[in-house]
Amino acid sequence: MKTLLNNAQLDITLQRLAHQLVENHLSFQDSVIIGIQPRGIFLSDRIVKLVKKITGAAIQYGKLDITFYRDDVNTRDIHVPAATDIPFSIEGKNVVLIDDVLHTGRTIRSAMDALIDFGRPKKVELLVLVDRRFSRELPVQPDYVGHTVDTILTQKVLVNWKEKDGNDEVVLKDKT
Amino acid sequence: MSLSVKHLLGIKELTLQDIEQIFQTADNFKQVLQRPIKKVPTLRDTTVANIFFENSTRTRLSFELAEKRLGADVVNFSASGSSVSKGETLIDTVNNILAMKVDMVVMRHAASGAPWFLANHIDASIINAGDGTNEHPTQALLDAYSMREKLGSLKGKRVTIIGDIMHSRVALSNIFCLAKLGAEVTVSGPPTLIPKHISSLGVRVEYNVKKALEWCHVANVLRIQLERQHKPLFSTLREYALYYGVNKQMLDSIKKDIIIMHPGPINRGVELNSDVADSKQSIILDQVENGVAIRMAVIYLLSGKREME
Repeated sequence: MKTLLNNAQLDITLQRLAHQLVENHLSFQDSVIIGIQPRGIFLSDRIVKLVKKITGAAIQYGKLDITFYRDDVNTRDIHVPAATDIPFSIEGKNVVLIDDVLHTGRTIRSAMDALIDFGRPKKVELLVLVDRRFSRELPVQPDYVGHTVDTILTQKVLVNWKEKDGNDEVVLKDKT
Repeated sequence: MSLSVKHLLGIKELTLQDIEQIFQTADNFKQVLQRPIKKVPTLRDTTVANIFFENSTRTRLSFELAEKRLGADVVNFSASGSSVSKGETLIDTVNNILAMKVDMVVMRHAASGAPWFLANHIDASIINAGDGTNEHPTQALLDAYSMREKLGSLKGKRVTIIGDIMHSRVALSNIFCLAKLGAEVTVSGPPTLIPKHISSLGVRVEYNVKKALEWCHVANVLRIQLERQHKPLFSTLREYALYYGVNKQMLDSIKKDIIIMHPGPINRGVELNSDVADSKQSIILDQVENGVAIRMAVIYLLSGKREME
């Protein structure tokens, strides 16, 4: 087990990601943030909080569950869905999708399909905390990256959050 | 997290955890059904056959909508106008349908136990949409789900089921389901329509409908099923309506507001009067609405089992 980001480093990374978002979206007038259930929400909660602090503006923030849009429903154990909550229209908006780890790109593919069912956004961007480079199965690239790491398939990237797991950290684990 | 069963044959086989999981998944589908695009592509690689050997409006439409809103392909089959009238057996009929690469079967049949028989002979997942006088599991699930929506947890809640208990698969499935969820059940109706040993299922029997209504939080009024009565069990429909029908006057004489349910189709003026069926106390149309979400949940949760076997 190897620590990729410890508590202090993670904090700095989150600050940077929030500032990068504000740099591109300024007051978030026509931009919305959407976190991907279940584990992307911990990250998006933090980012939204930081962006609010920087801009002082109200941010339109939604949560998206992609369970029903997965492409592997029949091949693995069934996933229990979480709630989708997008209390605003995304029509014509700049959408920032947020997830914790980008691996094969399949989750993001599902998320984009799910998103389109809610309307036609002007633009969709992707923010991830950890980019597992060279492991993509679909042509998906993030716009904002917290940390890039080279991994092999048998390894697992764990993002732990204080609210859920007791500590803020990102670790790389070898599967035994 | 899949269900503990491969088929949904009856509520009897489900665990409490299965029921809770179906409800939780239905919550999510209910939310999908309120979106502008009421459809998800979850089962786009799945084909479902709806095989109905008995008449149905609500159940078949509800299943078909549920399947379509999950993105599945749907084929419909009804016994009238098919080769069943030429003498084809149940297994032959179903195997022929499965040979056309169908993954899941939703079946209604007049013979009690038909889905269990079929489950022993074919590989596809089977959902029982009502078998004879035995079970109608999705109806019981949507009934309990609708009650839960109004009352919260059903633990300790009191439900009265009124009417033709003897011939009703809805009653039996409801009794199993409510027992698992911790609710208390009373059955009420004419003695000729209440099976002798029904109390062995842990339900109370109260022949006086008014007393049964005074006792409960929810009254589930069942249809009088004349098509299943091969000998007369009460003298006339008017007499039934007089002694066992639920009307506004009766409900007004009870001090509390109870929730009125009916699985449909209603014999208006027989078991349920229009002034009750169309009142604020009635959640009959909520039941129908929830039916689609519950069936989507069941189909979704069973579809994961397919390639794991």
